[in-house]
Amino acid sequence: MNGYKFELDFKKLKDRDFLSKFIKYMIIGTVTGMANGLFGSGGGTIAVPAMVLLLDEEEHIAHATAISIILPLTFVSACLYISNNYVDWNLTIKVMAGGILGGYLGAKLLNICPSHVLRKIFAVFMIAAAVRMIL
Amino acid sequence: MLLFLIGLVSGIISGMGIGGGTILIPALVIFVHPGQHIAQSVNLLFFIPTAVIALIVHIKNKRVNFKISIPVAFFGLMGAYLGSKIAISLPGTSLKKYFGVFLLVLGFYEMIRKDKRNPQRKRVSSN
Repeated sequence: MNGYKFELDFKKLKDRDFLSKFIKYMIIGTVTGMANGLFGSGGGTIAVPAMVLLLDEEEHIAHATAISIILPLTFVSACLYISNNYVDWNLTIKVMAGGILGGYLGAKLLNICPSHVLRKIFAVFMIAAAVRMIL
Repeated sequence: MLLFLIGLVSGIISGMGIGGGTILIPALVIFVHPGQHIAQSVNLLFFIPTAVIALIVHIKNKRVNFKISIPVAFFGLMGAYLGSKIAISLPGTSLKKYFGVFLLVLGFYEMIRKDKRNPQRKRVSSN
């Protein structure tokens, strides 16, 4: 009798856990997708801390998982931008050439200097650029 | 050359995992003036090949949690469709201002955010 009751309560607990996780997935996905589509960036900046804080995921895993989430979203957004003629292939290719080399260097540099100091420096750059764009 | 340098710097920053697009887009808009929509499309397209390469490495190292990424990406696709449609319908000058506000919020968040230091690379457990 007691065992049966325990099993029922346990099932209830699992269902509630499932529901709260489902809602969290929905919120993270929708917000990340919206921001990434609307601003063409920032998906990772939202998804990574969201997974760490809401889903208690480890930073390394959250980072890699964020890329797997944002890749299909970016593909959809890029298709919509292109189909509305918001594309400049010449510009894109030149930036991309630098970006691929930079990405390689950045990954190498990560092992040499810590990113948390750079993070703060770039936060200042972001704020300065933001003010320039708003005014 | 300027375009290559902008790409190089944002590539380095995104390679370090700080978020390249939030630097690439304002750098393009401020120094090259391509229009806000084009700058955003450059970043979207730029992300695709680099993400594919990074993702292959991450999957090999078992760092991707598909139990999270599949449902989140499902809802994300709807958000992405909606967000892109809104962006396309907005005039460039308004989108630029909204982007500025978004960037400001992210910048302040990065300032106050505490680093969770995880020196050990843990793999996804199979639970």
